[in-house]
Amino acid sequence: MTAIPSHSPRLSVDDLRGSSARRRRELFVRIAFMAAASLSIVISLLIILSLAGEAWNFISQVDLPLLLERGWFPRRDLFGIPTIVAGTLVVAGIGMLVATPLGLGAAIYLSEYASPRARRVIKPVLEVLAGIPSVVLGYFALQVISPVVVDQACPGITEQFNLAAAGIGVGVLITPLVASVAEDAMYAVPRSLREAAYGLGAQRRTTSLRVVFPAAISGIVAALILGLSRGIGETMVVSIAAGATGGSLFSVNPCAPGQTMTAAMTALATGSDQVRGATLAFPSLFFVGMLLFVFTLALNLFADRFVRRVRVRY
Amino acid sequence: MPARPTLDESEQIAPAATTDAAPLAFPEDDVVFRVESVSCYYGSFRAVRDVSLEVPRNRITALIGPSGSGKSTLLRSFNRMNDLIETARLEGRILYHGVDLHADGVDPVEVRRRIGMVFQKPNPFPKSIYDNVAFGPRIAGYRGDMDALVERSLTRAALWDEVKDKLRAPGTTLSGGQQQRLCIARAIAVEPDVILMDEPASALDPIATLRIEELMHELKENYTILIVTHNMQQAARASDYTAFLSMGEDRAGYLVEMAPTERLFTSPQHRLTEDYITGRFG
Repeated sequence: MTAIPSHSPRLSVDDLRGSSARRRRELFVRIAFMAAASLSIVISLLIILSLAGEAWNFISQVDLPLLLERGWFPRRDLFGIPTIVAGTLVVAGIGMLVATPLGLGAAIYLSEYASPRARRVIKPVLEVLAGIPSVVLGYFALQVISPVVVDQACPGITEQFNLAAAGIGVGVLITPLVASVAEDAMYAVPRSLREAAYGLGAQRRTTSLRVVFPAAISGIVAALILGLSRGIGETMVVSIAAGATGGSLFSVNPCAPGQTMTAAMTALATGSDQVRGATLAFPSLFFVGMLLFVFTLALNLFADRFVRRVRVRY
Repeated sequence: MPARPTLDESEQIAPAATTDAAPLAFPEDDVVFRVESVSCYYGSFRAVRDVSLEVPRNRITALIGPSGSGKSTLLRSFNRMNDLIETARLEGRILYHGVDLHADGVDPVEVRRRIGMVFQKPNPFPKSIYDNVAFGPRIAGYRGDMDALVERSLTRAALWDEVKDKLRAPGTTLSGGQQQRLCIARAIAVEPDVILMDEPASALDPIATLRIEELMHELKENYTILIVTHNMQQAARASDYTAFLSMGEDRAGYLVEMAPTERLFTSPQHRLTEDYITGRFG
């Protein structure tokens, strides 16, 4: 046994002050990380500002009633916003019709049915699918989906460029996203809930659909809204497969060509030498961009609120 | 020292074989489960080795033993819950009223409707109290008066008075002890024959634990109960028969002995049992 000191040692603050170099390093690292984090906020703000300036330029000069006209021909000063909004909704809607059953079906299979081995194979494949450049998918939509699928579904003569092909292409594009986010949500449902259901004599189907699915609903809705948001913002597939490069008449017919907000913007941007000048065509691009931004922001905010509201604790 | 309960001997089903060394056997009509040389494996790992025992009707049988003695694995074989674990496999037979539970053609879904389960951690569905209890009957296609069934189940689980005014509230808002009684109500709503309980009180405070034990005592009128517990006092207080499992050199759990609870706790036949119940190990 060592001798017990007769008194405990007295300390001064200096003994516990530590190294000031260490504190400086800590501060430096903290600032570096904070800068990285703030950069994304700064960039977002800059984007909004750049959009807002030109958008305001457009809105203050344009003849406002023109915005509600049917038809989008910016080079001829016809800015019928409903035309491109309708085109966007048709494409995104068809995309969701494709992606919801496929994405959620895949998510349920992966989370509840697949053996660990099947999961190990299918999940990466799904992620590869998510990584296909959308320009490739655009040509796939045009060359395969349009003649093979749309041509069968649409009566009469169908143009090769049409909203349906673009919509289905967008659906294929967002399916992996929906599947992946929804699968994460379902996989995160605790095993104990599944065991509770199985212990009551539930089939796998009942357990998946009536216990796991509702328990994961907030994540599933988030997956769908993320998919919708992505579908609304998708540009390349639509630019290639939906036709109507220069402009479009108002149309919600999926079998006909049409123009979406994103495609309208690229159409303007790629022809910018002729566009830049006295007309409002170029600034209109920013106005449409602003609208798109507001749309997707509203969707994301809604998703966020919804997820918060229905989030269940288990 | 664990509490040594004084069970009324007349309450016990007279074992057919009465010599101390012989394994416990019951009259044929009273046997709900007959476990014959059961070994359970996870992949190549043997978790339970060569267990044979019988579980009598309308009695509480406790499985006790240290961690790793395979008692939960064994319990989960009784309603084929281990089927959910891909690598799990079983050798030997578990006869349930004479039928081999793992025979070809036996549907685990049917098995689990007759043999319900209550888990270690209360696991109510994130649904209302009412829907939690109604879940089992609904999926079984129950056509009768659901309100009455829900009330009856909650009453039997000694929870009705506490929740009758908030049946639409989420089950997850109840306290831990209430949640566990809700899970018991949910299990008995499907009118099972047997209830398996896997350390049902280990996540609960002592008062909630006592309530669950009282409840088990009432439930054995109608059900056969098999309970896994870490808590020897609980086994001593609540059960009629106790099986003591231990972990062997090969890390597999095996049955050391099974006896009427009072006898196991007062005159254990094996040194291991004695060491365990007197707190010398485990």
